[in-house]
Amino acid sequence: MGNEERLKRVILKRKVVNVIMLSLSFLTALYGLIWLFWILIDVVVNGISFLSLDLFLKDPTPPGIEGGGLKHAFIGHFIITGLATLIGVPIGIGAGIFFAEYGRHSRIVKSFRNITDVIVSFPSIVVGTLVYALMVKPAGHFMGISGSVALALLMIPVIAITTDEILKLVPNSLREAGYALGAQRWQVIKDISLSAGKRGILTGVILGVARITGETAPLLFTAFNNNFTTFNPTEPMASLTVTIFQYAMGPYEEWHGQAWASAMILTFGTLLFFILAKVVVHSTRKL
Amino acid sequence: MRRKEEFIEALVRSTLGSFALGVGLLFPLITLLVLLYESFPALRKFGITDFLLGKTWDPVAEVFGALPALAGTLLVTFIASIIALPVSVGIAIFIAELSPKRLKPVFSTAVELLGAIPSIIYGMWGLFVIAPLMADYVEPFLQETLGEVPILGRLFEGAPTGVDSLTASFVLSIMIIPFMSAIVKDAFEMTPPLLKEAGYGLGATKWEVVKNITIPYALPGIVGGMVLSVGRALGETMAVAFLTGNVHQIPLSFLEPLTTITVSIANEFTEADTDIYLSSLYYLALILFVMSFGLLMLAKFMLIERLGRRWGTKNV
Repeated sequence: MGNEERLKRVILKRKVVNVIMLSLSFLTALYGLIWLFWILIDVVVNGISFLSLDLFLKDPTPPGIEGGGLKHAFIGHFIITGLATLIGVPIGIGAGIFFAEYGRHSRIVKSFRNITDVIVSFPSIVVGTLVYALMVKPAGHFMGISGSVALALLMIPVIAITTDEILKLVPNSLREAGYALGAQRWQVIKDISLSAGKRGILTGVILGVARITGETAPLLFTAFNNNFTTFNPTEPMASLTVTIFQYAMGPYEEWHGQAWASAMILTFGTLLFFILAKVVVHSTRKL
Repeated sequence: MRRKEEFIEALVRSTLGSFALGVGLLFPLITLLVLLYESFPALRKFGITDFLLGKTWDPVAEVFGALPALAGTLLVTFIASIIALPVSVGIAIFIAELSPKRLKPVFSTAVELLGAIPSIIYGMWGLFVIAPLMADYVEPFLQETLGEVPILGRLFEGAPTGVDSLTASFVLSIMIIPFMSAIVKDAFEMTPPLLKEAGYGLGATKWEVVKNITIPYALPGIVGGMVLSVGRALGETMAVAFLTGNVHQIPLSFLEPLTTITVSIANEFTEADTDIYLSSLYYLALILFVMSFGLLMLAKFMLIERLGRRWGTKNV
């Protein structure tokens, strides 16, 4: 009788501990979600009142004077990330193809691949200092294109790793079928591996773009900033992120408002890219 | 015809090979060499130990020491990781074991979205939203409670401004949670269902299975994920740039302004007017590069070598 009592108590205790720990785990999940929504709500609440057509269509007014927009930053941001994508995507995909198709059985290539995987988490500000030494210093002035190079360097590893992972999922029997028809390796890659993996590679590209649109640190001393609209990538060029940094640090209410509005666009733009990448992956699975 | 195709093959192979060589070897190597070259003047003037242990950072007198920035970096990263670790493990347990199957992708995506928010947004939000809350409520409260405890109280001295290591690490911890929990979750999901079923078969509760089977099995993954996140957090710039104050002093209290390596570089790089100043900033970048590259390689090694052997083939 006493034994049964004790057993019941032990079981009850274990059940209580179970419920407590699992609730704690639930609370941590809730904790994570709270920050997500808190940030998103704050960004919208503070940004929406400054969101207007003027923000996109007008150049900035002198500090302290109301009105004006951030046309220069939107155009600059678009040019810098666009050029970075043009540079980064072919190199990233190319390196990824090499890792997956040519380097599958080579120890050296595998270690290159592992280093690339490490570079994905590289401090982005170091890339900024690297490009400063290699491009800005010799040229003697800040350039939009050097910002693009810095961003491309950050984007290449992301795309290379995703491409590699996707191509490794393509079954080898497909490739062998190609070789049996007498195809060269490049033909097998082009017509079999790439066509089988193209959606996955597209995901990698979108993730790469999403990663670089939000980057600030590597642009600080490569593209720098510019208060005027410019289309010339060899001049210093404004970007949304650097402008947010400058405006948020600045003393004017008007600046803060415009920084929030740009932050809202930047946040939802990045999240949209991210969700787009998810959707592309999801539709691949269904096929 | 045949020769043309072979020519294309050679061309494709060498082009792609050079891309791979460029990304996987030349890029980090050139970065290291450039940083070494650019920091050479400072390296020669201050040496290694004097720079690492130097407490003054005085651009006017041209005396530079990295200790305040180094201490700030380590402090902020350390506190952020300490906060993020239990939360990340909790989230991973929730997603891997607790949430209903249908909601799993929803929760995963939500946590990933948190990680996709650009770091400058974290920084700005931290400055305008979290820092005032810290200054008005949290920090005075901490001072009234923990601040009264004899030795511990020293850590909470100073004016509660909200621009300090406490706020910076807190915001940084939110940033690394998604990253850390994703890796821990992957590690949890690698646990063979057979082991867990054996646990349930013995009558274990869910928590007992998690504690005694899943967590020990995934331990290398948890440690690797932690190291990887620390490596990432070291190099994080914009999230902390708004919140440290960029003051070159060794923080003796959680409420004092401080600086980190990344924040010093971000704030002072374009203002560095002398060669030795710029060179010292490159020296800081070199230290950051070596630290984070070393940590990331270590994490990669742990994740591949230990987990790869245990789990078979993943990523090897």
